[in-house]
Amino acid sequence: MNKLLEVEGLKTEFKRAGGNVMAVAGLDFHINSGEVLGLVGESGCGKSVTSLSIMRLLKGTPGQNAGGHVKFEGKDLLRLSENEMRKVRGKELAMIFQEPMTSLNPVLRIGKQIEEPIRLHLGFNKAKAREHAVHMLQLVGIPRASEVMNDYPHQLSGGMRQRVMIAMAMSCHPKLLIADEPTTALDVTIQAQILDLMKRLKEERSMGMLLITHDLGVVAEMCDRVVVMYAGRVVEEAPVKELFANPQHPYTQGLIRSVPKLRQKVKRLESIPGNVPDLSHMPQGCKFAPRCAHVMPECMTTEPELLAVGGEGRKSRCWLTQQSEQKGGSAV
Amino acid sequence: MGRYALQRLLGVIPLLFVVSVVVFMFIHLIPGDPARLIAGKEATLEEINGIREQLGLNNPLWQQYIDYMGRLFHGDLGNSIRSGLPVSDMLATRVMPTIWLTLFSMGWAVIMGVFIGIISAINRNKWPDHVGMITAISGISIPGFWLGLVLIQIFSVELGWFPTGGVDSWSSYVLPSLTLGAGIMSMLARFSRTSMLESMREDYIRTGRAKGLHEFIVVGRHALRNSLIQVVTVAGLQFGFLLGGSVMVETVFSIPGMGRMLVDSIAFRDYTVIQALLLLFATEFILINLLVDLLYGVLNPKIRFDSK
Repeated sequence: MNKLLEVEGLKTEFKRAGGNVMAVAGLDFHINSGEVLGLVGESGCGKSVTSLSIMRLLKGTPGQNAGGHVKFEGKDLLRLSENEMRKVRGKELAMIFQEPMTSLNPVLRIGKQIEEPIRLHLGFNKAKAREHAVHMLQLVGIPRASEVMNDYPHQLSGGMRQRVMIAMAMSCHPKLLIADEPTTALDVTIQAQILDLMKRLKEERSMGMLLITHDLGVVAEMCDRVVVMYAGRVVEEAPVKELFANPQHPYTQGLIRSVPKLRQKVKRLESIPGNVPDLSHMPQGCKFAPRCAHVMPECMTTEPELLAVGGEGRKSRCWLTQQSEQKGGSAV
Repeated sequence: MGRYALQRLLGVIPLLFVVSVVVFMFIHLIPGDPARLIAGKEATLEEINGIREQLGLNNPLWQQYIDYMGRLFHGDLGNSIRSGLPVSDMLATRVMPTIWLTLFSMGWAVIMGVFIGIISAINRNKWPDHVGMITAISGISIPGFWLGLVLIQIFSVELGWFPTGGVDSWSSYVLPSLTLGAGIMSMLARFSRTSMLESMREDYIRTGRAKGLHEFIVVGRHALRNSLIQVVTVAGLQFGFLLGGSVMVETVFSIPGMGRMLVDSIAFRDYTVIQALLLLFATEFILINLLVDLLYGVLNPKIRFDSK
């Protein structure tokens, strides 16, 4: 399978008064074309910053790129000029955001906002752009599409607005869609509808997708492969089924254990003790060590590498899994 | 929009009524007998009674109000106590210089103020921002009379480009407009900078950039329109104040406008003129507010839809 997006050693730092801190500290992953890659982790682990770094949309945030490569179909997005990057954004690489309520401009009609990228990237005239926009709205399941074109965002519900965002993102046939928590702000029933819609569109158009979420249910439903992030690093990477069946990294195990299960009666839901470390006070060795139940002496001093373990396409950043791999035994 | 505009228009009617009552009562609220005031200190009792009869001051108050309103609708604002001339004629010569001065001052102040605000906002904490904000702070701090005199010294006396005063030609308005607009321009620059910075932080700005739009369009189409709502409020208020005439600028540049007219009429206790000016200023403010409300509706669809 050919690689659509390759992220290599991506680093993003935040400017802070007391010195810069690394929000994304050397990220490596790739997305094959037509594949959905889930990017999972707790709030503050650098998921959204990663997506904004790939899109080069860090302007207006304290973040700035500090190295690495983001290769999209072979060309390094981080080396493109701003002009060249604008031609990629919205056309080949589209993005939808977590907050459908505020991601649309409140003073412009829906139609106008969808037509913008269509006219810009596909070079359609006004009438043709409008026709295409209506078609896109119908595609994402908006009833009375031509009437909604004249509506303002505040006249639509959250779910409808997210559909509009999807229509807008898909309007120029992107090869990769980055969806940053696309369903987090929506009701559960609407969540399911939006996920179905994204799945359908992805299959119809054989588009790659980077799905950022902290919801493991969404991951199980949507993704082919999963990258688990912790403190700005990849800690585990695996095909989705294997990740849930046999998680390697203690952090992933904790995440999966903390999801409530329907058939199991438990008095208390499991949780991972402690908090995500502060970016300016990172532990010296493994960043998860202070919260890890299996912590060993070397975990406190040296950070493990992200290495292949336990099967095809699987990687883990943990001393324990790597040691048991060497011994030929099972992990943790 | 039509419905919203109609609502706003209808809302003006009760306001205008209240204003007319207050202004009408003005002459009755002055301590003492209006007829005696108008007649002057040396008038005889007969003269005073004559004036009282002539002005209908013996009629019941409601009758007087109806008469007053009737005269108003015919453009009769009474006669000046001081000169005896019809107030409407006096106003006619004074209104236009003030209106032109207001329009020119506001015109350049709004354009420059918003422009500086935008440039400062998109170059936040860089040198264009510093230049813009230093300009703005200077504009607010420099007193108008001083700026006016300096401008006259440089551009009229030394260079001879513009007249030192009067309203004989359009060029006479240049220096007064610069003087009067400087403070407003500065205020608008600061306001638009702040509200632009606020808009630029919104999620839809990020959406615009994610669509691949040029930064110019992101700023001009998406951020600016949202931040103009606040700017319109400030500009509207200032517009109202300026229409009342600026005593300072009119004095420095010898412009026969309404600001000086008001000061003169107060100095000479010319109550009918004061009354007419009060009515005019209050009405102007109401109309400007109406205009601002209508602009809100144009700029912010939520406002005009909420009125339904």
